[in-house]
Amino acid sequence: MLKIENLHAEVATADGAKQILNGLTLEVGAGEVHAIMGPNGAGKSTLAYALGGRPGYEITQGSVTFDGKDLLDMEPHERAAAGLFLGFQYPVEIPGVSNVQFLREAANAQRKARGEEPLTGGEFLKLAKEKAALLRMDMDMLKRPVNVGFSGGEKKRNEMVQMGILDPKFAILDETDSGLDIDALRTVGDGINSIMRAEGKGVLLITHYQRLLDYVKPDKVHILAKGRIVKTGGPELALELEREGYEEVV
Amino acid sequence: MTDLATLPTTRDEDWRYADAAALESSDAETLTGWTEIAVPAGESRAESRDVTGVERIRVRVGKSGKFELSAVNAAPGYARLECEVTLEDGAHFEFGGVTIGGGNETREFVTRCIHVEPNATSNQVVRAVHWGKATGNFLGRIEVVRDAQKTDAAQNFRAILLEKGASANTKPELEIFADDVKCAHGAAIGALDQMAGFYMAARGIPPEIARKLQVQAFVADAFENIEDEALGERLLERALSVLEGAQL
Repeated sequence: MLKIENLHAEVATADGAKQILNGLTLEVGAGEVHAIMGPNGAGKSTLAYALGGRPGYEITQGSVTFDGKDLLDMEPHERAAAGLFLGFQYPVEIPGVSNVQFLREAANAQRKARGEEPLTGGEFLKLAKEKAALLRMDMDMLKRPVNVGFSGGEKKRNEMVQMGILDPKFAILDETDSGLDIDALRTVGDGINSIMRAEGKGVLLITHYQRLLDYVKPDKVHILAKGRIVKTGGPELALELEREGYEEVV
Repeated sequence: MTDLATLPTTRDEDWRYADAAALESSDAETLTGWTEIAVPAGESRAESRDVTGVERIRVRVGKSGKFELSAVNAAPGYARLECEVTLEDGAHFEFGGVTIGGGNETREFVTRCIHVEPNATSNQVVRAVHWGKATGNFLGRIEVVRDAQKTDAAQNFRAILLEKGASANTKPELEIFADDVKCAHGAAIGALDQMAGFYMAARGIPPEIARKLQVQAFVADAFENIEDEALGERLLERALSVLEGAQL
């Protein structure tokens, strides 16, 4: 479903372009959840941003196909419309734009790109209420400006509400578990399962910790170090990492 | 008839960012004349403008009266709205203005708010959004005379430049001769938040809609305090309609 081959990517920095991904190869099939773990600076977030098409993240070599299409050939908003969702490690605040307006624009832009009819205000609100309830988020928060004044945990919960509303085929979740307390972690884990555990869908979970994987059971765990996958295993690999640390396992 | 020698040029402080060529071809009446408005004590008056050309308004607001001015300056040529307000005891001046547009035009607001008696308040919020080679200016002077204690005056200007080549100028001036007053001013000029743009794109929002949402949120500040909400909405729509036709 998502096939990454020999991906090389550099990031624009003040000191010039810096090579971060060095030949990363990975394939996630439909119906699968894969976890990517790795030490700080391994390139986990760079991978997420590169797949999302963030400006300043340049692919210098390799290919990515998503549902048989060349992902790298698409603009960021086209990737979203094609069914790719990027859950941000640091969700962005947008002052003056309400969550409801933002998400309705997003949902309808995606529908338009797919040749579907737009949702009416009523239809959208019904959907938003349902997904907010699933993630136990207060509807009042959906009326507030996007992420403005939200706590770290609320921002992450909001990412999952957005994912629920947009109903993507594939989600790349960049440290969605960081900043969550134990209860919120369970809610978010349940949310991921209920939204993304379905036939024809896939998830790439980027995480530092094994904890989230207690709730969202991965089919495969990959270890990313120095910009490439250095080890792949089953869920037991995450437990081993937790016990031994990266230095021992890598 | 005004003598040519007294016509403003860009050497005059209040006209320093004006379009020099446009000044030369404008007639004297327009550049030096005033529309006079008197707001009687205790009364309110609101004026709104879709600015074209040069207009100058001179207002005196009586005791505890209120004058509200709102404007969109999106003119297809040099356009300037100038407002001089004199506030008596406890009076209030509210100004919300947006300059928006591309091309090669200069669009500006110039205000002079004179607190001549105690307890008067004023609040001015100006937003500028420009592209192409356009320029947006806000020159705002606040004067507080010696006896105008308890004056509370605020002025805020922010500009977003959507393209290289566009520019914005601001000149806040505070002249305060009283010692028990609050005068606040702020000014910032920048570009659209790129990370917010990418965040919206990652949710499927195309760049032109993302830009519109950001600009809408940005300029809405200017009309937030407009008493007539429907008018505020219309001004916001007017401002955004300019963006819709923009070649960016």
